[in-house]
Amino acid sequence: MTPASVAAEASGRMPPRQATASGPAVTLEDVKVSFGDHVAVRNVTLELAARQVTALVGPSGCGKTTVLRAINRLHDHTGGRVEGKIRLGGVDVYAPDTDPELIRARIGMVFQRPNPFPTMSILDNVTSGLRFNGIRNKAMLREAAESALRHAALWDIVKDRLNQTALRLSGGQQQRLCIARALAIEPDVLLMDEPCSALDPIATAKIEDLITNLASEVTIVLVTHNMFQAARVSDNAAVFLLDEDRVGELVEVGPTVQVFDSPSNERTKQYVTGHVG
Amino acid sequence: MTGADRPAAVPGGALTPDDDSEAGRWGWAAGERRRPIIQAASRRTLRRRRLIGRVGRGLCMLCAAIGLAPLVALVYYTAERGIPGLSVDFFFHAPVPEGIPGGGVSTAISGTARIVGLAIVMAIPVGVLASLFLYERRGRLAGAVRFGADLLTGVPSIVIGIFAYALFVRPLHHFSDVAASFALAVLMLPIMIRANEEAMRSVAVDLWEAGVALGARRSRVARSVVLRGSLPGLVTGNLLAISRGVGETAPLLFTVAAPTFAMTLLIYADGTQPYPDVQQTAWSTALVLLLFVLVLSGAARLVASRLTRRAR
Repeated sequence: MTPASVAAEASGRMPPRQATASGPAVTLEDVKVSFGDHVAVRNVTLELAARQVTALVGPSGCGKTTVLRAINRLHDHTGGRVEGKIRLGGVDVYAPDTDPELIRARIGMVFQRPNPFPTMSILDNVTSGLRFNGIRNKAMLREAAESALRHAALWDIVKDRLNQTALRLSGGQQQRLCIARALAIEPDVLLMDEPCSALDPIATAKIEDLITNLASEVTIVLVTHNMFQAARVSDNAAVFLLDEDRVGELVEVGPTVQVFDSPSNERTKQYVTGHVG
Repeated sequence: MTGADRPAAVPGGALTPDDDSEAGRWGWAAGERRRPIIQAASRRTLRRRRLIGRVGRGLCMLCAAIGLAPLVALVYYTAERGIPGLSVDFFFHAPVPEGIPGGGVSTAISGTARIVGLAIVMAIPVGVLASLFLYERRGRLAGAVRFGADLLTGVPSIVIGIFAYALFVRPLHHFSDVAASFALAVLMLPIMIRANEEAMRSVAVDLWEAGVALGARRSRVARSVVLRGSLPGLVTGNLLAISRGVGETAPLLFTVAAPTFAMTLLIYADGTQPYPDVQQTAWSTALVLLLFVLVLSGAARLVASRLTRRAR
């Protein structure tokens, strides 16, 4: 272990990342995503506060995940068309001269079902993002892996079997490995697409703890259909509902407490009380 | 369905006993609200459904046996006829003219190995890269390539032989292994492409997305996630395509100089001779070829399961 990693461990922080200092980490301005003729979601104007957890909540099919995947340009490959503006820090994500790879290297993503690379060891899984981005230095990879695994609360469990396949881990551990994999690239933003939907309550609780702890270091966007989960872990909540054309839209955004306790929008109130009450 | 068969459309009609005497037997608890029509129908048709199930299962087993029987018969017959002719000389000596004792088929074995080996070198890289193209691209061109590969699969192998003959043998005025290998490569390529694409598609989309989301270039994801993840399938598909190529005769008819330079040609040439010892050579060669293909198929399965297990 190097002094740097010891220091990082002692301070409980990852090595210094690119500062996003003040202001929102991500801003979305009048974002609309469509697939062919079908508009999936529109009217999304949203600022994601740096180093806070923002939950995107709402019923199924109202565009939460679609918006999430617009942030790291995953729709580039699935035929989705994104209109409006999305900014990551000061960078226009969809500008013609913006490299999607460079955007994605600043954004980690965790998927609904744990999806560690089945052909890779635990260690290789964690370092895959770094290796994909051209880092080959073994010591550096190893150090980054340890740091990321510690942040994902997985280091003590896997430190003696780093070269084993990731598929022998439990579902919850696999998901934490995927979180470690996403953290290893030291992202500014972590996108989480219903990360607990395939997990049991205990594993879910661990992931939720993790989200709370990580929020001091990375901006987190959490898609969840679970209102309780949103209430437990998020600082801000953005409520998505279907409008009269059955197109998803953002109806309300604000501090989670306010959105859930005293929503200003009538439809939000119905949705929130209908589900929570 | 006859009228008598149809349950009376009266909810709670006289289709189930009013009392609970049969509760439990039909899966409801005493006092529980029943769905009489469905349950009565279910009970009445149970015997028939069971019978249909049994008959269906029997038919499947029978057909499986019918499918397997030719293989067993073929291996048995070939082994019975072929084993007497096997010897060390058979593998390591060149053929001798009929009437002279001794001799083997070493030239045919090495010839087949050479031709197939070169065909593999030609076909596998093209096959893997072409299927990667199909995997990555959804456009019209990909559709055309896929359609072309399908058509090529259906082209009779003799036509491919003539094609190689016209392309290489005639212009160059002599038969060659290269022409034969080319013909076999053309024959194996479409099988490989489709098998490879199938294998690549079996890699879960969310693994691909995980790679892309980490900032990897598509080419890197293709290499480290898609190709690596589909490796067992790629190996199996390619080995099966190769074993198909090993057994081909028609493309070689037009391209190989003499029957003694390829096992399949030797089988044909010797098998149609009137001399028993020459026919013996054909049977033994057939057995060797058959075993070779079986071993190749077995290897395909073994390698695939090895790779899959290591991945786990």
